[in-house]
Amino acid sequence: MGQNDMSDTTATEAPAAKPAPSKSSLLSMLFADQFATVAACFVILVILCAIFGPLLLGEAASDQNLRARNAPPFTLDRGWLYILGGDALGRPLLPRIVVAAQNTIMIAAGAVAGSFIIGAVLGLTAGYSRKLVSEVIMRLADVIMSFPSLLLAVIVLYVLEPSVLNLVLVLAITRIPIYLRTTRAEVLEVRERMFVQAAQVMGASTFRIVFRHILPVILPTLLTIATLDFAFVMLAESALSFLGIGIQPPEITWGLMVSQGRQYLTSAWWLAFWPGLAIILTTMSLNLLSGWMRVALDPTQRWRLETGGKKNG
Amino acid sequence: MAEHLLEVRNLSVRFHTAQGVVNAVNDVSWHLDPGETLAILGESGSGKSVSSSAIMNLIDCPPGEITEGEIFFDGMDLLKASDEERRALNGKRIAMIFQDPLSHLNPVYTVGWQIAETITAHGRPDQMAKDRALELVRRVGIPNPEQAMKKYPHQFSGGQRQRLMIAMALGLKPDILIADEPTTALDVTVQAEILTLLEELQEETGMGLVLITHDLGVVAEAADRAVVMEGGRIVETGTPHDLYHNAQHPYTRKLLAAAPGKGEMRQPDAQAQPILSCRNLSKTYGAFHALDRVNFDLMKAETLAIVGESGSGKSTTARLILRLEEASGGEALWHGEDLLKKSPREMGKVRRQIQMVFQDPTQSLNPRMSVFEIISEAWVIHPGVVEKRRWRGRVEQLLGQVGLLPEHANRYPHQFSGGQRQRIAIARALALEPELIICDEAVSALDVSIQAQVIELLGRLRDELGIAFMFIAHDLPVVRDFADRVLVMKQGEIVEQGPVRQIFEDPREPYTQRLLAAGLDPDPEVQRQRREARLKLSA
Repeated sequence: MGQNDMSDTTATEAPAAKPAPSKSSLLSMLFADQFATVAACFVILVILCAIFGPLLLGEAASDQNLRARNAPPFTLDRGWLYILGGDALGRPLLPRIVVAAQNTIMIAAGAVAGSFIIGAVLGLTAGYSRKLVSEVIMRLADVIMSFPSLLLAVIVLYVLEPSVLNLVLVLAITRIPIYLRTTRAEVLEVRERMFVQAAQVMGASTFRIVFRHILPVILPTLLTIATLDFAFVMLAESALSFLGIGIQPPEITWGLMVSQGRQYLTSAWWLAFWPGLAIILTTMSLNLLSGWMRVALDPTQRWRLETGGKKNG
Repeated sequence: MAEHLLEVRNLSVRFHTAQGVVNAVNDVSWHLDPGETLAILGESGSGKSVSSSAIMNLIDCPPGEITEGEIFFDGMDLLKASDEERRALNGKRIAMIFQDPLSHLNPVYTVGWQIAETITAHGRPDQMAKDRALELVRRVGIPNPEQAMKKYPHQFSGGQRQRLMIAMALGLKPDILIADEPTTALDVTVQAEILTLLEELQEETGMGLVLITHDLGVVAEAADRAVVMEGGRIVETGTPHDLYHNAQHPYTRKLLAAAPGKGEMRQPDAQAQPILSCRNLSKTYGAFHALDRVNFDLMKAETLAIVGESGSGKSTTARLILRLEEASGGEALWHGEDLLKKSPREMGKVRRQIQMVFQDPTQSLNPRMSVFEIISEAWVIHPGVVEKRRWRGRVEQLLGQVGLLPEHANRYPHQFSGGQRQRIAIARALALEPELIICDEAVSALDVSIQAQVIELLGRLRDELGIAFMFIAHDLPVVRDFADRVLVMKQGEIVEQGPVRQIFEDPREPYTQRLLAAGLDPDPEVQRQRREARLKLSA
């Protein structure tokens, strides 16, 4: 065969073969997707707000001005800080949203990351291990799912001091089953695929099979769920804060701002609208980014971005 | 020009894909007369299914686009007809059956209901449809037709499902039946039965049959005329006899030359020492014996073929030896040590010496790893085989050994064709320099010409590196060229074993004889004799 054979292999070559991506090509893939680029910029802005907001605008955000109670938005009469209007105590909304980004992102990211990691690890274990271990983990998830999260929150409230950490803990625990069940279901499917068996035959350890072969396949699904969960966690946090766990005024979060503004919804819509918009935009950006990431990380899908997102005509 | 029942004239179809415009078929013309069987022969990607998809209006536009051509059925140009008119023809006058009956039967309805549906869909009363469905189920040879009508698709075997698909297609006595690879997923003996059934039905109804296939044997067995397709073009047309004996086009000759089962048979080395001995190897699932006390030896550097139909336990044997499943009893001695008793840690060491190549390379390679990562993973798992700084060079060397290029190392599996993927899987198996490679249907999913190349590659590796092979296959001609000794399995037991020559020239067991007679030969003359032998055996 030799020579003849080589020519055959090049002749039947699949097109668009490109080497593995470097960092710069990852960036160019981001620019190929305009929505993802805008989303990435917005997420970076939110993160900057979260880091530097309290330092720069902390004073202004807690400064009460009773003459500016429920001040309407889009006027510069009271200075640019009031561009988005004032709240029920006359505090400017724009700096408040910027300052609130820190608490909001910290709690949401903490809760989502916590439930994501614990849920994924338990799900992988449940999916890949023997029947008994899997059963125990699944029943544990059932217990969490059937236990009302508010009740759990009240228990935590009575047992522990109200703090941001406890809030994150409660939120994380209540969201674990979502990741756990999804991960397990996916693992049960992926573990039967031939390449997992091929790894077994090669003598790969369980750890290697689970983390090197199975996890990368199911990660995109989990990331998509996580970004959607962000919004849920932000709103759930406001409900728990209302109960007295975690965030207490004068500390603020977006969720808390929405729930505080609810009673003025008919007279001053902007109190709830702006923080609500911030939640929506953040979640949407993360979701767009996760969609982009799913494509960029998958070698079989990557060409969609590498061809510059152009439709074939 | 005489009027044909169905005529495809100068048909060109192209698809708009991510990689640019693909011309699926180019200027294709063929015709079909009543009572005739036309075979469309071609390998994957040759466009053999595209023209029939155009006839059935199954091409999605876009991405597909019929750029040119006419399809005349009974004097009417189908491509100019409205969707309404074509729906009235589909299923009623032109019917189609597919390769995989399980995915084309709806799992939530009874088969009786589904067969009747095709008939009621064209406006026949319910009772008439039911009667006709029962008649058809009986005709296609399903036992207990009354009960079978009330069963669901999963309760039938693969062959029976294909019979049911045929029954469904024949519901309204179509003038034309298009069969797209109708027997590819079936065992040889079942394949022969289905082809015979199609032939009988054709004689009864006088319909025209379009048989789309990649198998020269199917052409020799069933076709009156054949068109050979390559790269979207028809390269040759003729009777099976003409095509076999004086093929004009180089591609047809290449296909014929690639057909397995003509080479010299090998002679096993009588002095060789066994490296693997299975004693009373058994596996039960509840009361079901998947493998019942199997005994055999595998010698150093020899190729042992295990043949049998689906469900005969040949894959189970491999899986037990590799401990992908736990055996219920018996022992598997690897250099005198029982593999079945080894701890996971000890087994890890042995895994270096026994590697496996799976049937479907698309599924056995992790889609998210590059070729380099796939091959070098073996060295991550077994440190000390190759030093890390030499990995790149060794991967490139292995790729060269299996006929790929060094720069392929940075690509991902989806960027290769099926045959190339199987080469990658072989390179991965070679990475650990094993003594034994188990090939589980390793060439069954490949095209004939690719199959021949992979077999040649395996043969070369065997001769150069002294690797022993356990070659699991259902395709007898492939085994004939490649194996030293053959095991014939049936329902979890070994019915016959011996040197390849003895099995093929002097089979003792009736089951082996039947298996050999059911195989299809590309030579129409040989095939006619086989068919007589087969009919005699079944009588």
